[in-house]
Amino acid sequence: MEKTIKKSSLTISENGLEKKTSSKRLEVLKTYKIYIGGQFPRTESGRYYQPTNASGKKLANVCLSSRKDFRDAVVAARGAASGWSGRAAFNRGQILYRMAEMLEGRKAQFIEELIQQDSTKAKAEKEVNLAIDRLIYYAGWCDKYQQIYSAVNPVATSHFNFSVPEPTGVVSIIAPQADSLLGLVSVIAPVIAGGNTCIVLASETKPLCSVTFAEVLNSSDLPGGVVNILTGKPSELTSWFVDHMDVNATIYCESNSDVQKMMREKSALNLKRIFFYDKVKWNTDEGQSPYFIMDTQEIKTTWHPIENIAGSGAGY
Amino acid sequence: MAKTISKKKSNTIKLNFDTSWSYAPAPESKSAATINKQYDLFINGEWVKPSGGKPARLNDDSRSGGYFDTINPANEEKLSEVAEANVADVDKAVKAARTAYEKVWKKMPAKERAKYVFRISRMIQEKARELAIIESLDGGKPIRESRDFDVPTAANHFFYYAGWADKLEYAFPNRKTESLGVAGQIIPWNFPLLMAAWKIAPAIATGNTVVLKPAETTPLTALKLAEIIQESDLPPGVVNIVTGAGATGAAIVNHPDINKIAFTGSTDVGKIIQRAIAGTNKKATLELGGKAANIIFEDAPIDQAVEGVINGIYFNQGHVCCAGSRLYVQESIAKQVIKKLRDRIESLIVGDPLDKNTDIGAINSRQQLETIHKYLDIGKKEGAEMYQSSCSLPGRGFWCRPTLFTNVAQSNRIAQEEIFGPVLAILTFRTDDEVIEKANNSPYGLSAGVWTDKGSKIFNMTRRMRAGVVWANTFNKFDPSSPFGGYKESGFGREGGLHGLLPYLNLVN
Amino acid sequence: MKRSKSLFAIPDFSLSPRIDQVGAEERASRFTKRSIKKESKLNGLKLVLNMIDLTTLEGKDTDGKVKQLCYKAIHPHDAVPDIPTVAAVCVYPSMVKVAKKALGNSGIKVASVATAFPSGQAPRDVKIRDTKYAVNEGADEVDMVISRGKFHAGEYNFVFDEIAAIKEACSDARLKVILETGELGTMDKVRRASDIAMHAGADFIKTSTGKIQPAATMPVTLVMLEAIRDYYYKTGRMVGMKPAGGISKSKLALHYLVMVKEVLGEDWLTNEWFRFGASSLANDVLMQIVKEKTGVYQAANYFSVD
Repeated sequence: MEKTIKKSSLTISENGLEKKTSSKRLEVLKTYKIYIGGQFPRTESGRYYQPTNASGKKLANVCLSSRKDFRDAVVAARGAASGWSGRAAFNRGQILYRMAEMLEGRKAQFIEELIQQDSTKAKAEKEVNLAIDRLIYYAGWCDKYQQIYSAVNPVATSHFNFSVPEPTGVVSIIAPQADSLLGLVSVIAPVIAGGNTCIVLASETKPLCSVTFAEVLNSSDLPGGVVNILTGKPSELTSWFVDHMDVNATIYCESNSDVQKMMREKSALNLKRIFFYDKVKWNTDEGQSPYFIMDTQEIKTTWHPIENIAGSGAGY
Repeated sequence: MAKTISKKKSNTIKLNFDTSWSYAPAPESKSAATINKQYDLFINGEWVKPSGGKPARLNDDSRSGGYFDTINPANEEKLSEVAEANVADVDKAVKAARTAYEKVWKKMPAKERAKYVFRISRMIQEKARELAIIESLDGGKPIRESRDFDVPTAANHFFYYAGWADKLEYAFPNRKTESLGVAGQIIPWNFPLLMAAWKIAPAIATGNTVVLKPAETTPLTALKLAEIIQESDLPPGVVNIVTGAGATGAAIVNHPDINKIAFTGSTDVGKIIQRAIAGTNKKATLELGGKAANIIFEDAPIDQAVEGVINGIYFNQGHVCCAGSRLYVQESIAKQVIKKLRDRIESLIVGDPLDKNTDIGAINSRQQLETIHKYLDIGKKEGAEMYQSSCSLPGRGFWCRPTLFTNVAQSNRIAQEEIFGPVLAILTFRTDDEVIEKANNSPYGLSAGVWTDKGSKIFNMTRRMRAGVVWANTFNKFDPSSPFGGYKESGFGREGGLHGLLPYLNLVN
Repeated sequence: MKRSKSLFAIPDFSLSPRIDQVGAEERASRFTKRSIKKESKLNGLKLVLNMIDLTTLEGKDTDGKVKQLCYKAIHPHDAVPDIPTVAAVCVYPSMVKVAKKALGNSGIKVASVATAFPSGQAPRDVKIRDTKYAVNEGADEVDMVISRGKFHAGEYNFVFDEIAAIKEACSDARLKVILETGELGTMDKVRRASDIAMHAGADFIKTSTGKIQPAATMPVTLVMLEAIRDYYYKTGRMVGMKPAGGISKSKLALHYLVMVKEVLGEDWLTNEWFRFGASSLANDVLMQIVKEKTGVYQAANYFSVD
């Protein structure tokens, strides 16, 4: 792990000809980049910001994403939409499970990042564990919610009629500020479990886990573009998230009522579906349910005639 | 007697529908319906005079005195005058609904609630003939449709949702349900009674109370429904019906004590509503416009497809949000299909809505007729070829011949914008991928149709089309148990079926 | 065979258009919603009467029975003036001569069933002789049955050739081809059989023998009318239609007229191109005509059964 690497000193060969170097190795700092279309670009704007923890320590130079980054992310998400929604539900479940596996494998890194962002060790561990479990929870739903929320409708005419949920398309998400890993996972998982693709704006004040989570995604068979993660300021980006005409739904997780009002107004532009998850306690069971999946589903009803050769006397 | 059979070239062969054997007029009797000279507002189980003074819509002299006329679009004669509810009247209605909700309806055992809704369904059936006549008089739709479709489907809708009232715990796994409170409901003029049923039935069955505004041009059947509701002894205030125009609707949308807005109408107004309720906790269901693609593949059952296209666009004069207004025909059969369509529209009977033989009635209003004419001009200017049936039209009233445009391009406005009239735009395609792309190339996503004999193709098409209702080898079918509603700018929320319950409920752990 | 006589290339009948049964039934039920009142009802009823092939096809038929039927054909109900005759009398080949004589110069046609009616289970040469016999006896029209067994076995060429051979044997007599739709099972097959019959030279296509249930229904007739329309579009040749069996009430017959009018148009609304194969329909139509004229509902005992 990084910590051990950091502290290890470099001892050179034993021929004694070389001078002993400093026992302290220079730390390799992580560059926190954004995640668009399966790539890790820097923000095209070239801007950054420096979130700090409670004691004022600068955490990193984090990309201050621009509306152009968002636009690129929408293009990536739209491009990935038909492939992702067209995957077998079972396969989506396996990929979500794989994400959980990858997250489990990098648990220590997430715990450390959470601690850097003012969490305690115990709390951080709990949050990471919950995040892993949440992915497993939704991995299991991928090929089940359709069965629960579909219907065969007994219409009065000679037709077969059924209603099934289908992904609404591209979803833009302003992730929760507080639970920077668990909240992020909790809003992404139901959206992609349901076959949507998304663009997520990570917690502004605690962005570290989001970028590391993007690395998890990138190593877990999730096709590029299904989840796109930006860092930056909701105050700059929220209105772009909600008025882009190629976005089908928007999720907002804070309780700022002015922002909510603005978002609902703007959602009228193309009648985006809009959801405010501002009262959800992500660290409880309330933070997970198939109803979150259903929020970004459309119900499609299909009709087809049923041939019935009455004259043959067929039937029961 | 024997005809000389000419061996004409096939493209000149035409069927002859000028017939010596024509159907004598078969008008439904108006005497089976009672229409009052004047209607007040139905608030708290009583007929209440509008508070009058300034009409809700300002600067309109014809509306002074708090009443406005409703006319028969088939002859432009006045049928009745109807109260115009202003902000104060709407407030009165909302208060009545709130009181009924808190004091009576919310507390009533669900199975008792159900019985009221069942009763309303039965009473609609009892008065079906009268309701059908009034529907055709006020809205211009053919009596055959109001008699065989609108009224029975409205009754069935109440019957369907009545049964849900005491079974909601089965509808949403692992959740309890709570009613929302007062629902403000605004409905359009194309299916006046049926839309009232679609709105009121699920709302009250799930335990909400209602303030409903029928469309300005077609208020009468909703007011007849108010009479039925009164007769059914439904507790006062559970259903309130207030008439008026857009301003009355705005008063409902903006009323602070309304928990839910359910709107069916144009996408433009739907967007206005969505903006208006921003910053409130009002839930919304919007059922808006459409420009449905109806796709015919070369292996389709052609004659049934042609009939489906006819039914898809000329049903109710094309005043249908899910009308199949964009026809995509595979090139190999385009000539044949167009020929059949042209022959078929010759046999459509346009005229008196009350005549039982009428297929296409009157356009709902002068304003709508003007809109349709505007699009006919646009279509011609865009270079599309227009074909209309040769039928004659009555001298008075608002009429439009069944119309089809050929040589339409995807970029033409008549192929992109909702006309809401008996106007079909015909386009051609070659491959499955091409037609899917074109069909989905629209801001709307309410309905779609596909015609092919090949099962696997049907499932491919129905899965890939971005629309809330997909009709395969059929079109314009509705049923109370079948959810209806759109993708994209056609709105959100579903009406009908199990899925039509959620818009009127909160789910709680 | 005489395929070269066909003006148009013979299509692959396995590619005949598919029919959606539910859609066809819906469309057919729409015709029943037409309200036919007053003058149009009276005119329609007269037209129906004038389109009837008054039929007796019993093993127990005798000369006497056929003569009575012919008299009824010429004089449906003399108590009321201005009543048209029926179109034809339809009998077995052995009765053609009797019928021909009884009908004299009334203008009413003699139609004869042939080709081992009703099953059609006989060798082709027998069927040809059966046909020629009927024509020689004076039949104006021949109602043949197709070989349903061969049709179900997919031997469309056999069915086609047989119809063409019978057509040739008919000489100047008009050929009605009975598909026996009640034995075909699906509307797709009704459509396919219609196409085969028309391309092979049928002057009429006919639903049923009357010996099998279901006989004529509106949806089946609709499918056949639409086949006629498509054939007409393609070739310009008109083909007639004869639903037979099961149509015994005037109201239903009027629904059929509406269907013909709205599917094929005016030109088919004569007994040259449309017939009802029926035995009891005539009296119901007469009762309705008298009711329309007098305003009084009628009773069966006032109308002769034969």
